[in-house]
Amino acid sequence: MYLRSDERGPAMSNRLALRIAVFGGAAVILFAILFFCLWRLQVLDGSKYLAEAKNNRTRSYRVSAPRGEILDREGKTLVANRTSLALQVNPRKLPLAPARKRAELSRLAELTHSSLRHVRRTMHEELKLAPAVPVTLRRDVGSYLVYYLQENQERFPGVEVQRVFVRRYPHGTLAAHILGNVGEISPEELKEPRFHGLPPGEEIGQNGVEYTYDSFLRGQPGLKRIQVDALGQPTPNGQLVSRPPVPGESLKLTIDRPVQEAGEAALAERGLPGGFVTMDVHTGEILGLGSFPTFEPSLFTKPLTQKEVDATSRNPLAPLVDRAIAGLYPTGSTFKPITAIAALESGKLSLGEVINDPGQVLIGGEVFKDAGEAAHGLVDLVSALEVSSDVFFYTLGYRMWNTGDLQHWAHALGIGRPTGIDLPGAEEGLLPSKRWRDQLYREGGTERPWSAGDNIQLATGQGDLQTNPLQMAVAYATLANGGTVVTPHVGKEIDDAAGRVVKEFDPKPRRHVQIDPGYRATILEGLHDAAQNGGGTSFEVFGSFPIPVAGKTGTAQRPPHADQSWYGILAPYPNPRIVTFVTMEEGGFGVESAAPAAKKILEAYFANRLSREASSKEGGG
Amino acid sequence: MMYATRARQARPEPFAVRPGIAERLGLPYMDAPLAISAAALAAFSVFTLAQATKHDVPGNPYYYVNRQAIYGVLGIVGMYLLTRIDYSRFRELRVGIYTFLCASVALVFIFGFAARGSRRAFDLPFFSFQPSELGKVLLVLALAGFMIDGARSGSERQRTVRYLCLGLAPAALVFLQPDLGTALVFGAITLAVMYVGGVRWTHFAVIGATFVALTAAVLVVAPAVGTPVLKGYQEQRLTSFLHPSQDPGNAGYQQNQAKIAIGSGGKTGRGDRATQTRLDFVPERSTDFIFAVIGERYGFLGAAIVLSLYALLIWRALRIVTLSKNSYGVLVAGGIAGMLLFQVFVNVGMNLGIMPITGIPLPLMSYGGSSVLATFLAIGVLQSVHMQARLSQKGRFAW
Repeated sequence: MYLRSDERGPAMSNRLALRIAVFGGAAVILFAILFFCLWRLQVLDGSKYLAEAKNNRTRSYRVSAPRGEILDREGKTLVANRTSLALQVNPRKLPLAPARKRAELSRLAELTHSSLRHVRRTMHEELKLAPAVPVTLRRDVGSYLVYYLQENQERFPGVEVQRVFVRRYPHGTLAAHILGNVGEISPEELKEPRFHGLPPGEEIGQNGVEYTYDSFLRGQPGLKRIQVDALGQPTPNGQLVSRPPVPGESLKLTIDRPVQEAGEAALAERGLPGGFVTMDVHTGEILGLGSFPTFEPSLFTKPLTQKEVDATSRNPLAPLVDRAIAGLYPTGSTFKPITAIAALESGKLSLGEVINDPGQVLIGGEVFKDAGEAAHGLVDLVSALEVSSDVFFYTLGYRMWNTGDLQHWAHALGIGRPTGIDLPGAEEGLLPSKRWRDQLYREGGTERPWSAGDNIQLATGQGDLQTNPLQMAVAYATLANGGTVVTPHVGKEIDDAAGRVVKEFDPKPRRHVQIDPGYRATILEGLHDAAQNGGGTSFEVFGSFPIPVAGKTGTAQRPPHADQSWYGILAPYPNPRIVTFVTMEEGGFGVESAAPAAKKILEAYFANRLSREASSKEGGG
Repeated sequence: MMYATRARQARPEPFAVRPGIAERLGLPYMDAPLAISAAALAAFSVFTLAQATKHDVPGNPYYYVNRQAIYGVLGIVGMYLLTRIDYSRFRELRVGIYTFLCASVALVFIFGFAARGSRRAFDLPFFSFQPSELGKVLLVLALAGFMIDGARSGSERQRTVRYLCLGLAPAALVFLQPDLGTALVFGAITLAVMYVGGVRWTHFAVIGATFVALTAAVLVVAPAVGTPVLKGYQEQRLTSFLHPSQDPGNAGYQQNQAKIAIGSGGKTGRGDRATQTRLDFVPERSTDFIFAVIGERYGFLGAAIVLSLYALLIWRALRIVTLSKNSYGVLVAGGIAGMLLFQVFVNVGMNLGIMPITGIPLPLMSYGGSSVLATFLAIGVLQSVHMQARLSQKGRFAW
């Protein structure tokens, strides 16, 4: 320290001088620390912090893309979108003080009709997946709530309302099981390869075609980068980058709406759990497919209330299960045509062979009776199918009981194996066989090995058989088209926003089986007589039907339930275009419940076709 | 004789040169670098606020600037007035000063208005007055007086305890407002005065050890037992600088943002393209975090100039300690130097992320009338010490 002599103060004691020197030394050290830190921060790491500052002031917003529409085969809308407002909470902007944060969250919980615990859990789970991303608390909030939040913004810091797209179902429950629903992607789904690269919070198809064709329907979200201040408020002229969202493509289904409506109405009218399917026998296109009881797909556009959960996923009637593809039932006599093919093709029955049906038969010490103990006398295949003679088919079942022919042919026709349908949740079912039963016996799952009785039961669609309307429809279609096992499908094509076809779905047949045309004609004749000949089992329903058809009733014993009603029908006879299968749990005889429902479906199908053909003829003439 | 007497009355020193205007204002006896660096810092503050707070108050771009300029001018006037008063008078008034200090701080509890959950200031027309800011200067003056006065009574240990209690009593009052930052400054002043006053090193060692133990108790033991002394936010602020990036959403956020702001300024600053401090990422940018604004806007260049001005200020203060004509002046100047050094280091350190967030303003730079005025008054006291030393060439310093 430089001092002029005349400025020098009084002589200081050495002790004080030392203390001042130490003080000065400390000051020098402290300033050196500050200068060093400043230099390191600004000169050495300046560019790093500059990048951080630039990153800091921009926010990327995802602009959600509307999902593609789902159309019926005529191009009419089945599922559309509507815009909706979603309530989101930005965790970065919530109050820091725990008490205030808690107060705000509980106010939000009250507004969204949930509990504070629920809100906290939602936020916790979402934030584990993606920190610092706004958490959607509730979709589809009413505009009154939006106004309330806007007027009380200062009480709800960090709460945002975002415009999102929500599925709209103009036809209510129509085709609910086919369409399925969308929902937020779950943590488990995020790890699946099919959802690779999707951000948490993305809406994906959870069921039905929404699930199968998700990659087409799902659009590409857009991105908006804007400059914001610390409160996240956009600054004027702060728009930096913008990538518009790409809407999803439309999915056109093979569904014929009149058929679908008629089928669902017929099931609902009878009020019994059941399912139906109507399919093109040549292409596998599904014209209608439904299950009863059904559900409102629009329920899933917002979080379910306890009451809604009780009414859907926890309902003992299982309305979410698609009984047409996931049912597991014995089929009753509708199985007989399959037995007939197996017996004919394996040489265990010849065309024209006559078997005596005295009303019951004793095989292996066990008495097998006709339904209602009716004695049909001498029957050949055609009349056996017409009157549904059980003894005739018991005999065939006995002839094949240890040859495996019945299982071979039923399997070839698609019973007890995946159909390849483009809907999730289909069940394989069970085709009982010697190998299956003996295996089960060895494992102690049953008290006896395979016996003739098992095959006799199977020949008439009773016993351990577990299948569903879809598998039966595929089997009948194979018979009708001469041996092509079609792949049933509901997806027809993908259209872009302008309506141009981007992709057509025409799945290859699963396989071909060789069915002798003579055998086919004979069996179809039997089925035709069963439906439209005086003594036929479903004559009372189809006797007066204007179009020749071939149909088979079925009454499946399903203890402890009452008998299950089945009906399978091919139309028009003799060169069928479509197959329809209907089943109703506890519906009694096939002719009582299932056959009238099938008739309504056919009426809808042909009314549509006939009127169109008539009008096109008029136009052409 | 008559003639001579009359002449003497008319002209006291016949051969003396008539004093010039500067002489009569006492300017030659003032410490110019001290005054200039203080005024320069105040001017820099006004300049920075003018650029950084244009949009803070809608419709009034000069809200902060005008007020800070007025406080600066008032402060300079106050500094000048204090320069002309012999600081030794304050020694006689020590009891009154001390009483006023404690009373004004205590009265805040009754008449003060609450801002963000703490009562610190009186709401006067045009101005909210924060007694604890002025209290910093008053504490220096009173405590130094008590030390000189009690230098011969009691054992050394008793004296140390007495000074400590005298200093920490107002600190405790301020802490209860609650204003942790100012309470710490009071503590620093107490220690600085005691240090210059010659309290034994061993006593400081004991005080230091006690402080460390108390800190540990307050931060670790008390919350564990369930009787927290600090408010939750205070504790978070104090500890978050140890792990700044751990939780960007909370206490570490401010510090992190301030660091990003300063770092992004680089060598020469971002000027009006500064985003961190312009878009509200850095909180309290006109007060506690004004150094971050300077760092981002004017870069290393600007920040280093500001730091250098503070270094100059403190150097001049320490120099005045050595010049003082009496022990009271030594203690007063030492206390003020300690106060300035503590505030500058803690505030800038907090901006740079090496010190905890304690709400201590940067002297002369941070917006706020009480702080600016009090700091100028403190410098006025320093000037007074300097002036008295220059005037009494024969001043004796007896330790």
